[in-house]
Amino acid sequence: MLQGYWWIIVSLLAAILVFLMFVQGGQTLLKQLTKTDKERSILINSIGRKWDLTFTTLVTFGGAFFASFPLFYSTSFGGAYWVWMLILFSFIIQAVSYEYRTKANNFLGTKTYDVFLLINGILGTILVGAAVGTFFTGSEFSVDRMNITIASDPVISRWETATHGLEAALNITNLALGLAVFFLARVLAMLYFINNIDNENIVRRSVKIVRLCSGMFLVFFLLFAGLLLTKEGFAVDAASGKVFMEPFKYFHNLIEMPVVLVLFLLGLVGVLYGIFLGAFKTSGKGIWFAGAGTILTVFALLMLAGFNNTAFYPSTYDLQSSLTIYNASSSKYTLTAMSWVSLLVPFVIAYIWYTWKSMSKKKVSESDLENDTMAY
Amino acid sequence: MEQFSVELVDWSRAQFALTAIYHWFFVPLTLGLSFIVAFMHSIYYKTGDEKWKNMTKFWMKLFGINFAIGVATGIILEFEFGTNWSNYSWIVGDIFGAPLAIEGIVAFFLESTFIAVMFFGWGRVSKKFHMMSSWLVAFGSNLSALWILVANAWMQNPVGTKFNMDTARNEMISFFDVALSSTAIFKFTHTISQAYVIGSLFVIAVSAWYLLKKRHLLFAKQSILIASVFGLVSAVCVAFTGDSSAYDVAQKQPMKLAAMEGLYDGEQNADLYAFGFLNNRKDNSNFKGIRIPSMLSIMAYRDPNAFVAGVNDILNGNEAQGILPTETRMEKGRIAIQALADYTLAKKAGDKELAQQKYIEFEENYAHFGYGFFQDKEEVVPHVKLTFYSFHIMVGFGLFFIALFAWLLYASMKNKLEKHKWVLRLSVWSLLFGYIASELGWLVAEIGRQPWTIQDILPVGAATSHLSVGNVQTTFFLFLALFTVLLIAEIKIMVFQIRKGPEKGGSHV
Repeated sequence: MLQGYWWIIVSLLAAILVFLMFVQGGQTLLKQLTKTDKERSILINSIGRKWDLTFTTLVTFGGAFFASFPLFYSTSFGGAYWVWMLILFSFIIQAVSYEYRTKANNFLGTKTYDVFLLINGILGTILVGAAVGTFFTGSEFSVDRMNITIASDPVISRWETATHGLEAALNITNLALGLAVFFLARVLAMLYFINNIDNENIVRRSVKIVRLCSGMFLVFFLLFAGLLLTKEGFAVDAASGKVFMEPFKYFHNLIEMPVVLVLFLLGLVGVLYGIFLGAFKTSGKGIWFAGAGTILTVFALLMLAGFNNTAFYPSTYDLQSSLTIYNASSSKYTLTAMSWVSLLVPFVIAYIWYTWKSMSKKKVSESDLENDTMAY
Repeated sequence: MEQFSVELVDWSRAQFALTAIYHWFFVPLTLGLSFIVAFMHSIYYKTGDEKWKNMTKFWMKLFGINFAIGVATGIILEFEFGTNWSNYSWIVGDIFGAPLAIEGIVAFFLESTFIAVMFFGWGRVSKKFHMMSSWLVAFGSNLSALWILVANAWMQNPVGTKFNMDTARNEMISFFDVALSSTAIFKFTHTISQAYVIGSLFVIAVSAWYLLKKRHLLFAKQSILIASVFGLVSAVCVAFTGDSSAYDVAQKQPMKLAAMEGLYDGEQNADLYAFGFLNNRKDNSNFKGIRIPSMLSIMAYRDPNAFVAGVNDILNGNEAQGILPTETRMEKGRIAIQALADYTLAKKAGDKELAQQKYIEFEENYAHFGYGFFQDKEEVVPHVKLTFYSFHIMVGFGLFFIALFAWLLYASMKNKLEKHKWVLRLSVWSLLFGYIASELGWLVAEIGRQPWTIQDILPVGAATSHLSVGNVQTTFFLFLALFTVLLIAEIKIMVFQIRKGPEKGGSHV
């Protein structure tokens, strides 16, 4: 019960994170959507006011995952070392780039910081997507708690490939999800610009490019969804806890959990309607439909990974080492204590919403930035 | 596959230390400056005086430059618990993860949501909401420090927890014992008050430089007045909380206290080594310098006659004082580890009686569990000289800051600041001293507690991930290069903005 609650919280954070990755998507569009320094400045200031929120969601996602499912933290982060390290490197260089890119005497020059933003936009989205892909495709690791009693080599979770996670990028399902997240982030970014920026050129270019990117997103997302729903999945025997391969497991999960199916379909419709509003009606409302749709879709996908007797972090090296929301979780006491804290989440969302609205009353425009000494 | 090695542990430690040291260059300034900015912002809100608006914007600009890189280094620390300390993440994740999650939910969102309002809210939101946002950023930053320091304190004093033999990990049994332990309270108050000292020293150093250059005189004087009041109160708090921390260390981490004081042979009426040098001897003839009689006994136990244990007492035992020799603890630790293995096998075989017997054996020896991982008793001794000098230099600077703030406050009120140029020059340099003292404080806390990640439960050697040394070496050097480049960028931008001065609130190229 508590494990399920925390799987929902962690999944919700992950879903919000993917939505907020429109910041990363926007970073990859600097060249395509802007032609002058002023236009670049408008674009950077539009997403620049949100980068910290995306970053914080990533940090909180990490913290919540650590607290609720520490064996995942221990196994995945310590094992798929290079995937996580590359993600982290890309976020380090992002964090400073907004603040430093146009500051005088900034040592590396504006272009370097723009490249940093581009790297984060590409690597951050693709690798996060590919890492989530392994929730369905599995990784090569072993877990043995008895190792703690071997004083000379007591590590419990061990990765069994020397590439430490980079191998995930070679799997077509992971790669399809990674590229789907990448193009989705770009789509969301352009829908956000249509909503948030008062500049004809940027909006016109966004409307044009969002159509192309939406197509690419759909190709990769449908490829991923097709592969996912037809593949064997990592099922758990409820009585014995044994993990076994079940054909069409994720498809079964989808139809056996009708609420998830509804969320998944609603999410997809939301994303498509949002794209339609932005790309064909030049409506600022597109981001809200596509954003909500993204959250629902990602949330539903993670429900498929963790619920209905499924191993959410499977091991292809040793099936019985696979992590489930039951064998990887914190104790009942800790989950209960944190559940009390989680009651604050609606309050947090409320003040984020309130400040977002207060700050977005005025669109970002050239005249808006001219007199702002604090602008990026 | 990868081999577990001492080298891996050392490189993993080096990487974590590198990240923590860099992170700690930026965090104290964020914590301290956030309150100073909020205070100035409030004065602007009350008076509507443009002068205060400029002042707020100027310090806010510098705050922003520093904040970004603090965030960048912070995320690495959080994830390094998993990437480089995989075993640690499982064995204590049940306790350690909770404060980290609370930090994210309660503090980070507060900080990151309102920081956007603080920076970009000028003219966009109401003045009151804007001013409140500055305060919420300050509270959010400080709240985030609270939870990570609670987590750190728990590593030094692991209360409110019990080892679960079935899951092979420590599990939380009392959240309040973890959150409100004496170690957590002293660590938090000591750390944040010293961060306020750094914030104050920063404002003073910049302002003193303006006074020396005869620029922005009014701005500089008002800034110094505010910072010296804030700094003086904070520096006095640092001294008191530091004393309480040392008292706490004496009870919970006697080896750390012995290393801090360079004390090898325990004694009653133990002297405090006030100023001097250590040689390489491993007895009490190791110190040449000024001593304060019985002061260490008073500091550690509030009693001049109290016995303070030295390194040798802890290593070799001291029967009269009830201290077990380390080798005995190692033996008991090995019994606990073996009992855990036997318990697990007995459970698997369905032998309840044997499992119960092993459970009792484990419980009896659990207090020494971590010692079972050592091969040599000398492994329990931290680097004494490094801990000793770090501690003494830190305390020396701490006392100096109280005097500096007091003098600056006096001179500000008497309008005499510009008359004593050497004090102004010293004030500029004091920022460097502040950073040195601040980093040394962490060295004392973290080097002094070696070899433990969790005191007496989990040594660093049993806490790492299963990686090859080459992987960690590569990321170490990547981090080193990246952090250094970003630090240079930060300093260059900061210096430029400071040279430019407050009237324009800093600006773009």
